[in-house]
Amino acid sequence: MDLVLFLTFAIVAVGCAVNLVLQRHPISAAISLIGVMASLAVLYLLLGAEFIAAAQVIVYAGAIMVLFVFVIMLLNAEAERKTGRSLVARYIGIPSLVLFLSLLGVLIHALYPSAERASFGGFTGGTPQNVGRLLFTRYLLPFEATSALILIAIVGAVWLARKEAGE
Amino acid sequence: MTGVPLSWFLILSAVLFSLGVAGFLIRRSVLTVFMSIELMLNAVNLSFVAFSYQLKQVNGHLFTFFVMVVAAAEAALGLAIILAVFRNRGTLQVDEVNSMKN
Repeated sequence: MDLVLFLTFAIVAVGCAVNLVLQRHPISAAISLIGVMASLAVLYLLLGAEFIAAAQVIVYAGAIMVLFVFVIMLLNAEAERKTGRSLVARYIGIPSLVLFLSLLGVLIHALYPSAERASFGGFTGGTPQNVGRLLFTRYLLPFEATSALILIAIVGAVWLARKEAGE
Repeated sequence: MTGVPLSWFLILSAVLFSLGVAGFLIRRSVLTVFMSIELMLNAVNLSFVAFSYQLKQVNGHLFTFFVMVVAAAEAALGLAIILAVFRNRGTLQVDEVNSMKN
């Protein structure tokens, strides 16, 4: 049952990621990225990360991707133009990508023998209660630092995106 | 024989990361390049959560949370930069923004 769940959503995630790389229009890439994020949220749930799964859907698939789609619509982004220099990518890049991934898979299996098997409910520590307790005790300083980071990012984004005075 | 081997999660993470790198290198629309970076961050998050499952500790989830916060800040700033570039140059193709070249 866990295996079916994993395989289904892993195939969806990889398919959407391949579609993201191959699509020419940014809006198709954005929709594919939302597919990847949603299927990763299911895999987080399988690994017992309830809070992270919810945050993945709300923050990533919700807020960040809405920002992306908003900018794509605002700039009226068109599909990218074809250029004739992609033969190297097609005949050398794709085989070497497949070779690299197979080598990486063999290496991960060799270094990390799959003694442990993940199953749903095998680890239930990722509740908002546990995450929140750790966030406000051991990781309090990084948490406060991220609030400063977010504030700087907001101010910077507003300053960068403003209209010039002369326009 | 129930459950999924944890190394499969790591392999899925590696596959997604490599696809993100490939998209970063071969796409020319700056928005798609930016989305490939988000894909790479997501792949790293998956390996954090998988290691967190193996060690039965919540620390990996916290790292994932911080990566999400940084990704949100990065998306806001990056999209503002893309807006400024589009306003000045009138293009979204990365190979047409080449005023530093030659």
